[in-house]
Amino acid sequence: MADSVPLTGALDLTSAHERRPLTLEILHAWVTTVDHKKIGLMYIGYALIFLVIAGLEAIVMRVQLAVPQNSLVSPQVFNRMFTMHGTTMVFFVGMPILFGFGNYLIPLMLGARDMAFPRLNAFSFWISVFGGLLLYFSFLGGDGLYGAGNAPDVGWFAYAPLTAKVFSPGHSTDYWTLGIFLSGIGSIGTALNIVTTIVVMRCPGMKLSRMPLLVWLYLVMCFLVFIAVGPLTAAQIMLSIDRYLGGHFFDTQAGGSAVLWMHFFWIFGHPEVYVLVLPAFGFASEIIPVFSRKAIFGYPAMVTASVAIGFISLSVWAHHMFTVGMGPGANTFFTLSTMIIAVPTGIKIFNWVATLWGGNIRFTTAMLFCVAFLFQFLVAGLTGIMLSASPFNWQLSGSYFVVAHFHYVLVGAILFTIFAAFYYWFPKMSGRMMSETLGKWHFWLFLIGFHLTFDFMHIPGMLGMPRRIYTYELDRGWGVWNLIVSTGAVFQALAIACFVINLLRSYFKGKIAGPDPWDAWTLEWSTASPPPVYNFATIPSVQSRRPLWDLKHPEDSDSKYEL
Amino acid sequence: MSTASITPREQPWILPSRGVVGISCLIVAESAVFIIFVVAYIFYLGKSISGPNPRDVLDVPIVGTICLLSSSLAAYLAVGALRRNKVRICSLWLAATVLLGSIFLAGTAREWYQLIYKDGLTIRTNLFGTTFYSLVGLHATHVIVGLVMLALALTFTLFGRVSEAHAQRLDVLSLYWHFVDAVWVVVFTVVYVLGR
Amino acid sequence: MTWLILGESGLFDLRLVAHRWLLSVPFWLSEGRTSIFSPKGTPAHFIFGLSMFVLAITAGIFLAAGGVLTYVLIRYRHRATDSDYEPAQIYGSTQIELSWTVIPILVVVVLFLTTARVIFNTEYARKPREALDVIVIGHQFWWEFRYPKLGIVTANELHIPVSDPHHPTPTYLEMSSSDTDHSFWVPQLAGKMDVIPNRVNVMWIDPETPGLYLGQCAQYCGTQHAKMLLRVYGQSRGDFDTWVAQQQQAEKRDASTEEGRSVFLRNACINCHAIAGTVATGRFGPDLTHLAGRDTIASGAVPNTPENLRKWIDNPDQMKPGCLMPPMHLNDPDLNAVTAYLTTLH
Repeated sequence: MADSVPLTGALDLTSAHERRPLTLEILHAWVTTVDHKKIGLMYIGYALIFLVIAGLEAIVMRVQLAVPQNSLVSPQVFNRMFTMHGTTMVFFVGMPILFGFGNYLIPLMLGARDMAFPRLNAFSFWISVFGGLLLYFSFLGGDGLYGAGNAPDVGWFAYAPLTAKVFSPGHSTDYWTLGIFLSGIGSIGTALNIVTTIVVMRCPGMKLSRMPLLVWLYLVMCFLVFIAVGPLTAAQIMLSIDRYLGGHFFDTQAGGSAVLWMHFFWIFGHPEVYVLVLPAFGFASEIIPVFSRKAIFGYPAMVTASVAIGFISLSVWAHHMFTVGMGPGANTFFTLSTMIIAVPTGIKIFNWVATLWGGNIRFTTAMLFCVAFLFQFLVAGLTGIMLSASPFNWQLSGSYFVVAHFHYVLVGAILFTIFAAFYYWFPKMSGRMMSETLGKWHFWLFLIGFHLTFDFMHIPGMLGMPRRIYTYELDRGWGVWNLIVSTGAVFQALAIACFVINLLRSYFKGKIAGPDPWDAWTLEWSTASPPPVYNFATIPSVQSRRPLWDLKHPEDSDSKYEL
Repeated sequence: MSTASITPREQPWILPSRGVVGISCLIVAESAVFIIFVVAYIFYLGKSISGPNPRDVLDVPIVGTICLLSSSLAAYLAVGALRRNKVRICSLWLAATVLLGSIFLAGTAREWYQLIYKDGLTIRTNLFGTTFYSLVGLHATHVIVGLVMLALALTFTLFGRVSEAHAQRLDVLSLYWHFVDAVWVVVFTVVYVLGR
Repeated sequence: MTWLILGESGLFDLRLVAHRWLLSVPFWLSEGRTSIFSPKGTPAHFIFGLSMFVLAITAGIFLAAGGVLTYVLIRYRHRATDSDYEPAQIYGSTQIELSWTVIPILVVVVLFLTTARVIFNTEYARKPREALDVIVIGHQFWWEFRYPKLGIVTANELHIPVSDPHHPTPTYLEMSSSDTDHSFWVPQLAGKMDVIPNRVNVMWIDPETPGLYLGQCAQYCGTQHAKMLLRVYGQSRGDFDTWVAQQQQAEKRDASTEEGRSVFLRNACINCHAIAGTVATGRFGPDLTHLAGRDTIASGAVPNTPENLRKWIDNPDQMKPGCLMPPMHLNDPDLNAVTAYLTTLH
């Protein structure tokens, strides 16, 4: 299965005779790099650090909520915890890690040498880093008027008028605004880079209809970034004008509208979650075929469904506002649009299942995570359907049912496929295999922890427990469920520890991978592991969606069957 | 094992230029920001509790608009000149673009001075004030950035650093400038025509 | 769903059946005081019916899709005895793909139409003439209730009459906020509705039996969002009328608590609180005219006992950290006196 000589037949021997670089030189190389692979790895490393930090914030919350009327932390601290946990996970874990994988993989999958704008790439990364550091600096430097400051505590969606100067004195809200504003600039920069790379840097023969599905999904994702991040940036500018220039955008005393903030935020917020999930679909669409040993079933339908999801996701935002009193017309419209998006999403699930059908399935760690993704995403989609029925939503929204639903998507679907992506592409990025044993420990521990926490979390929601409360009454019957939910967090923490240990150990001591350890079919597997800085000795030229399959199976090549 | 096979292509493999694709993406992203400010402006029309109304204090900036829109034409001609390697004509048209854009900006500044000191309309006066200054101000910021870039380009041409090879890049800049003008058409219509 | 349009008497029986026997909702889920599966009012019943329908469909989809997925994973797994063959590469099938596009569209259409019907039934329900009007104002971190036609102002504990299905007397809540966003949620009676400044939202509730219905604020509104609790007292007609009559009276003056009364009136208390018949007309905090008649203080967070009341007045932050009432810095005699006075305000 594994070849020691890359299929392109070119070996890079230039580095064999250089002296070992000093630590300072290595650091300098990383800080000043414009190479998409290094930038990708920095994005991923940065995101993993924040994953651990935000995870600790979650653990503080879960310990506080494990029993009713607990007093581990004050309400002020708790409110900061859920604000920072949500903000960090979306903007400083989710976006960077997905941009990191995209940065690394897309030029390789397209047969290109780098992204279209390497310096913009570096700039986008470093400005995102600055945004994240600024947000966390708020823990230290947020003091303002009345000594009220510290980290933001307005919730990750910062509803007006709670964020007005009068209700949030001090600078904590401003750290939220600025940190995300900067990361938004970075997001637009990277998205612009990805789209341009895809449009102008495909290798000869790679028509759009021959691109790997991962690349298609990133293309749609980036268009969503363009359309979605703008509204959030605009809303934040308006909020800052309110807070510092005396503006009245969301000043209800002057006739301003609190609901306007909600519309603007969710016009960003809903496409944002599709921004996060589409690359996850991309990972699954690359990994599932390889470990089923079959081509993806229905490639044209997958592309169409992805584009459709992108478009429809722009029209569903007010399903986050069903309880605001928009009136039956609006409630009905947004119910319909949200239910419609289930159709292309379901098609994708069916296509994955059909890919598995008739295959020769190997349950490597990467595949295990993808299998769990399929079940969990199915459940997440179904609880989403429940929430889309607007009257049902009147009971369920703002409760722990919603928290369970979106964690099912964010953790159960997205994080699971990200783990799969790690196990699948780590060999390419480092030249070494990750340990399958530690990988299986990681998988099973995390699976148990995930289900303990997020399956049972639906129940307090159905029993009337709202979100964002630092404690709850004894007589509601929520205690036992919260305890079970909190226990799951322990398993998840242990699993992440396994994962980090696996990453570190494998980097130094893992089995040498070779260029193509999985016997896969896309262009990144045709070059060395890790790839040389120029990616390919000669730019390849392709005739089908799976160029390496064609090379390995000339008698049965894809180019004969594809339209 | 050989390299991935290279078969002779029937057509040459030509893809769009990266600068044009890149600036188009940026334009889409910036449009999203502007659209939200326009929506806020329209939403709050007529909802100010007190203070000056648009029809009381706004004069239609005809001269400024003509200047700005003409500057787009000037930018287009500058790019055309550079494509034909006529650097001096290019620098002339670039100067015209910068001049016309600056006249527009000066007009806006005069208008704001009047509004603030004569009519008593500031960003904190009422909803109209907040939305007006934000929207027009955001546009003006983009005009300033564009003028700075155009002035830089003009300087480079004057120092003889620019040739036909840079036509693509100047085209990218001119696309940004056309976008700024297109936004002004929308802002003009919403604020000075419909809103009054 | 024919039972939605059946007469009221038939309605209850079928609901009981569905409630008990649908496997998708375990029995114990309906036992909680704030369970959404324990409806005690018409809007909650509408939602319950819809939710059962949606749960049935989603459960069916889960079993079907999950079942196929499980089958595929078992049937087509690589066994150690298998060779390393590459299976037949199947790129797609127009027929199959068409069918699994059309069937979900049909499911969506059915789901949507059912949902739309419930939306319109709830939001366009005709308001009976005997409906009770209550104005709800959300504050950080307490609820103000005004009965405009009855001249009553109270806080945190909402008393309303039960509603007989044959002669409905629902309570219409007109809600707005004085500061940040809140949300009024009493799951057994209805879905939640947000309470937003500079906006009036209307919802209706109609408890079917007398009792205490619990809920709390469901939109994050600041530090003490968690303890902005709701207590809705559904009362029989007679009890409700008695309560109204009591609330309509001004302050009950009692000679033994004159000292406490003067402590109250000469301190900053009157800036935020009101007691009908005195000079205290503050509206920032709850109306205290009939404080002693309430079961709880601090918006449901703490039982209304003299000891708790004393502790609360002394330092509210201790019981509800971050609430907006400042400690009053009264010396002990004054504190005892004013507590004694407030406990007489029935």
